[in-house]
Amino acid sequence: MFNKKFIDKLQANLAEWDKTAAKTRGKRSMPRFFTISGADIDELYTPASIEGADNEDYYYKSIGLPGEYPYTRGVHHTLYRTKLWTMRQFAGMGTPKQTHDRFKYILQQGGTGLSTAFDLPTLMGFDSDHPRSLGEVGKCGVAVDTLADMEIIFGGIDLARVSTSMTINSPASMLLAMYLVVAEKQGVPFDKVRGTLQNDILKEYIAQKEFIFPPRPSLRLITDMMRYCTKHVPQWNSISISGYHIREAGATAVQELAFTLADGFCYVEAAIEAGMNVDDFAPRLSHFFNAHSDFFEEIAKYRAARRIWARHMREKYKAKDPRSWLLRFHTQTAGCSLTAQQPENNIVRVALQALSGVLGGTQSLHTNSMDETLALPSEKAALIALRTQQIIAYESGVANTIDPLAGSYFVEALTDRMEAEAEEYFAEIERRGGVLACIEEGFFQKEIAQSAYRFQREIENDERKIVGVNDFVLEDEEIEIPVLKIDRQVEQAQVAFVKKIKAERDNEAVKASLGRLRQVAQGDGNTFEAILDCARAYASVGEMCDVLREVWGEYVENQAALQAS
Amino acid sequence: MNQKIRVLLAKPGLDGHDRGVKVIAAAFRDAGMEVIYTGLRQTPAMIVDAAIQEDVDAIGVSILSGAHMTLFPAVLEEMKARGAEDIILFGGGIIPEDDRKQLEKMGIARIFTPGAPTEEAIDFLRKAVAEKKSDEKMM
Repeated sequence: MFNKKFIDKLQANLAEWDKTAAKTRGKRSMPRFFTISGADIDELYTPASIEGADNEDYYYKSIGLPGEYPYTRGVHHTLYRTKLWTMRQFAGMGTPKQTHDRFKYILQQGGTGLSTAFDLPTLMGFDSDHPRSLGEVGKCGVAVDTLADMEIIFGGIDLARVSTSMTINSPASMLLAMYLVVAEKQGVPFDKVRGTLQNDILKEYIAQKEFIFPPRPSLRLITDMMRYCTKHVPQWNSISISGYHIREAGATAVQELAFTLADGFCYVEAAIEAGMNVDDFAPRLSHFFNAHSDFFEEIAKYRAARRIWARHMREKYKAKDPRSWLLRFHTQTAGCSLTAQQPENNIVRVALQALSGVLGGTQSLHTNSMDETLALPSEKAALIALRTQQIIAYESGVANTIDPLAGSYFVEALTDRMEAEAEEYFAEIERRGGVLACIEEGFFQKEIAQSAYRFQREIENDERKIVGVNDFVLEDEEIEIPVLKIDRQVEQAQVAFVKKIKAERDNEAVKASLGRLRQVAQGDGNTFEAILDCARAYASVGEMCDVLREVWGEYVENQAALQAS
Repeated sequence: MNQKIRVLLAKPGLDGHDRGVKVIAAAFRDAGMEVIYTGLRQTPAMIVDAAIQEDVDAIGVSILSGAHMTLFPAVLEEMKARGAEDIILFGGGIIPEDDRKQLEKMGIARIFTPGAPTEEAIDFLRKAVAEKKSDEKMM
C-alpha cells in the first residue's frame, strides 16, 4: 500500500516529530491510555504502525473489498445501501400473552425482526410447575412449557414473513421444534421459515452457565438439529456462535473474539466428524458479538472476526462455497457496561456502542434499554433503545458508505493486532487439547474471571473512570425512571396453565412420543425428529429434558478445577 | 482473637451469572478472608447446610434473575429453621430499590447493587463480624 522508501522516510520524520511532541507531553489528562480491555494504545498511528503495509499485496491480502475475501470490509458488496441492518430488539417477559403483545408493539413501531427471551426455568429445561422454578417463572423472559405457549406468543404473526431469533441453548431443539409446529399449523412450509437459534452450548459452559447435559451429548443434539435443518429448514440459522455472554462475564475484547471463534471452529469440526459436508452447513452458522464501550476496539474486533473466520474456513476447513467463509453477525450493546447510577446516561452509552456495531458492519442489532441494571425494560425505555438505532440509521449518515473506517491507520493496526492475539489463543487452546478439554479444566473460565477482577480493580484504583459510579457521582440520587415489575400472579397463572394443558392433552400420545425420544437418544438416530413429534403431542420442555437427563446425565461444574490457579 | 473471617458465597436459583460473585470472592480473599463458594444453582437448604458445616460468620447470596423476593426469604427461613440465625446474611444483584428496602427490613443485613465497590462490601463484612463477635462475648 505504501512503498518501503516512503515508510523509511516517515519513520525518520516520526523520530523528529517525537522530539517536538515530547516538549508538550507534560501532565497526562488520564492516568493511562488503554482500552476497556486493558490494551495499551499508542499516542499516534501512521502507515508505519501497520506491519506489512509496505508490501504490494497488503491491501488485497488484509483489507480487500466488501463482499470479497477476506471480508475485512464486510460480507456484502453493497451493505447498508441495499439493506439496513435488522433492528432486532430482544424481548420476552411474563406470560406468553404479554410477550405476544410486546412483539406486536415492536413490529408496529418499525422493528424488523423478533427476538425471544425465555425465562430461566425454560432455559434450564424445567416446567413452570417444577419446584425449582419457584420465583423464577416469567422473570427474565417468557415462560414456555408446551406448544400451547408458543401458539399464544406467535398467534396472528405470519411466520412466513417475520424472522425470529430465539435465545435458547440447552433445550434449543425443543423450542425450535415448537416454533416449527406453529408454522406447520399456520400452513407455512418449513422452507419458508426464517430465523436464528442461539443453540451455542459451548459458551454456556464457558460463561453463561445455562447447561443441562454434558458437552458431548449436547454437541450431538446440535449436530442432529443441523442435519435436519440443512435438509428441511434451509433458511434457519442453526447456531448463533456467541461471544456476547463471554464478554458479559468479564472477558476482554480479544478473549471474546478468540473464545467465540474457537467455539465456532469446534462446531464445524463436530459437524464434519458427524459426516456432514462443510459447505452444506457452514453458510447457516451465524455469530453474535457484544458492543462494549471502547469504540475503536470494538470496530477492530468485528473486522478481525470476519477475516479470521474467512481464512480458517477456507484454508483450514477447506470450504469451497464462499458463503461458508462469511461471518455474519448480530450485535447487542453491552449490558455489563450500563450503570444503575444516573441510568439515563445509559442511553448515551448504548448509542456509542450501537454506532460501533454499525461501523463494524453488523447484520443485526439489539440496543439495550437504559433501565436494564434495574429490571427488565419498560416500554418507554425499550422504545428509546429502538429509536437510537433509527437515529443512527437515518440521521447520522454513517450508513451511506461501506466500512468508512477502513484505511484508518489506527483501526487497521488494531484489527491486525487483535487477529494476531486471537491466533495466539487458538494455539494455546490447541496445546491444551481443544475447546472441550479447556472447558473441563476451566481454562476459559479462569481467564475470564481474571479479566473481570482486573477490570474491577482498575475502577477501584481510579485507573479507570465510570461516569456516575466512581466519579461525577450525584449524592443521594433518586432514580426517576419507571421500573417494570413482573407481577407474582404471572407465575401462578402460568403454573395453572401448564397443569391444565397437561390434563387436557392426549397423554397416551405424549407418553409414546417421549418413549421414542428415549429410544433415539439411547441409539444413534436423529433426536430432532423425535423432538418434533414430542412437540406436536404437546409434551413439555421439562418432560423432554427429563428424558434426556435420564439417558445422558447432568453436567455439574467442577468447582475445584475452577478455583485452582 | 484475630481469626480470619469465614464467608460462604452462594448462588441460589437458576441463574448462571457468576461474574459478580467471583469478583467478590477474589476481593474477599485478597482482603484476607476465607471464602467458600458454593457454585451455581444451590437450593436454600443446601446453602444453609454448607454454611453450618463450614462454620462461617456470614453468607453472601448473589441473585441476578429477579427471583430475589422468593429466594432471600427462603434462605432466611431455612436459617431460622436450623437455629442458624447468628450467621450474617447479606447479598447482591439486580435488585430494585423498593425490594432492597423490603429485604433489609426482613433481616437481610445488607444488599449491594450494581456499581458498589468491593471495598464497601469488605468494610461492611468486617464491621458486621466484629459486632457479632463482641455481642457473643458479652453473652
